[in-house]
Amino acid sequence: MSLSIDEVKHIARLARVNLSDAEVTWMHDQLASILDHFEMLSEIDTDEVPPTAQSFELTNVDRPDIAGASIARDSALAGAPRQEDGYYRVRAVLD
Amino acid sequence: MTTTTDPTDKYEVVIGLEVHCQLRTQSKMFSDCPRDYFDREPNTLIDPVTLGLPGTLPVINEQAVSYTILAGLALGCRIPEFAKFDRKNYPYPDLPKGYQITQYDQPFCLDGEVAINADGRERTVRLERIHLEEDTGRLLHRDDGGKGYSLIDFNRAGVPLMELVTKPDLHTSEEAVVFLRYLRQIFRYTGVSDSDLEKGSFRCDANISLRTHGAQELGAKVEIKNMNSFRSVQRAIEFEIIRQAAVLDAGGTVEQETRGFVDGTGETVSQRSKEGAHDYRYFPEPDLPPLRIETAMVDELRASLPELPRARAARFESAYGLSRDEARTLTETRQRAEDYEAAVTLVGDLDLASTVAHWLIGDIAGRINELGRADAELIDTGITPKHIAQLVQLVDEGTITASTAKDVLGFAFDSGDLPETIVEEQNLKQVTDVHAIKDIVVTIIENNPKAVDDYRGGKESAIKFLVGQVMRETKGRTDPNSAADLIKTTIDS
Repeated sequence: MSLSIDEVKHIARLARVNLSDAEVTWMHDQLASILDHFEMLSEIDTDEVPPTAQSFELTNVDRPDIAGASIARDSALAGAPRQEDGYYRVRAVLD
Repeated sequence: MTTTTDPTDKYEVVIGLEVHCQLRTQSKMFSDCPRDYFDREPNTLIDPVTLGLPGTLPVINEQAVSYTILAGLALGCRIPEFAKFDRKNYPYPDLPKGYQITQYDQPFCLDGEVAINADGRERTVRLERIHLEEDTGRLLHRDDGGKGYSLIDFNRAGVPLMELVTKPDLHTSEEAVVFLRYLRQIFRYTGVSDSDLEKGSFRCDANISLRTHGAQELGAKVEIKNMNSFRSVQRAIEFEIIRQAAVLDAGGTVEQETRGFVDGTGETVSQRSKEGAHDYRYFPEPDLPPLRIETAMVDELRASLPELPRARAARFESAYGLSRDEARTLTETRQRAEDYEAAVTLVGDLDLASTVAHWLIGDIAGRINELGRADAELIDTGITPKHIAQLVQLVDEGTITASTAKDVLGFAFDSGDLPETIVEEQNLKQVTDVHAIKDIVVTIIENNPKAVDDYRGGKESAIKFLVGQVMRETKGRTDPNSAADLIKTTIDS
């Protein structure tokens, strides 16, 4: 198996998702099966294929420098768990 | 660990700089959210892209790309044919996406070279690269009775930010400051950035290491942050050189770390490193197709480059007969250079080009300084190149005296009126008509018998006193030389 239970708990913590032990096992089986599935890709010989980050052959997609409008602060902050004086409030962050 | 000797006797100082500069676009780097956040309330310049809301996609601001390439061309960089953006992942809430869009291995500008004159000699500073990225939000750290928390303002997040990295080619604090001043001048000349250190649109980090002279390997590199003025850059580098030299002298090793400069104490202090080693897991930004930089575009940008300060100063010296210092002063900002040339063109007489320079560097520069704004220009004094041209011409034609001209300039600053109008309305024309001042001269001779006797007794300087009286009486409208002649002939007759 390519994935450990501890790794699943770690990923859940990073994603801020609370999982019960049963859910961890359930997610573990699913994630592991997906990873194993993708392992199949490594069977293909890609030595002669240059790496790419894009599967569309697009280049130079840009826009003119024209300013639109800001969205209202109240509506932006409405989705935040905590706010203060027009700022988003988060737990202490060290520089 | 007293180091009374100069540490550079023993060690070679190696400095590399990283400069971040905000571009002067209308909108942000990847969305049409307005860019200029100066003096704006927190979180009032934000949009779904800035906030990294699900489902949003970035789109490249073409002006930001042009500005970056323009700056690169002005600094002698090579513009590769392909460029792309990458994701730099880091768990820090100043960017809500959890990553910063930047450029990793294919930036817009590579190499480059800048000539500077510092510590009395010419040096070349090589540039490694210039890339484009998005600025981050601003965090404020608050204390809530022991338990701290942070507040976030995303106005700055997503502002186009150009990062320039030099090779480790600098060796003294003065070189670093001269180089940074030159960079700022170029960014302003090309119009890509207002590069204001106080507003944070021009920021600098320095990497400093010491090695014994002749050593091949570089010493451990210390990165210095939080330098918010050219003066701080100088003080931080000087402090750091002495600190590292003391560590090495004591037989220790310099730790590779990030240190922050503290303005109040003039010292650098170790900054707690973010947990774990930096692993930004860079990968090509999947939401932004790569860019192919066409030669035609680069040529067009190169053609649009303004004449840069060094070239312009050299031309001012040869074309207008200015001294090196005058030429340098007049080309310090692009606007000043253009105001000067506009005035010279309006005067239309190259022999008066240095007179125009003297007005701009003298009385007018004085007035600009009085405004107390670092970015003040001629226009802010209320006058234009046309005012200067008229003033110079009025003196040259003999319509007004040089001393009247200073007064006229003062009136022009206050009213904005053109010198010709001021001279006309206030009747300031020089009195050249001998008969018109003859009566005044006679009266002054009658009222000052002692000075007249002194003059008759061979004391030439007595004439100066009498001329002064005439000037006062005519409110400076008389040419002092013709007044002196008239006084002499009147007394002698």
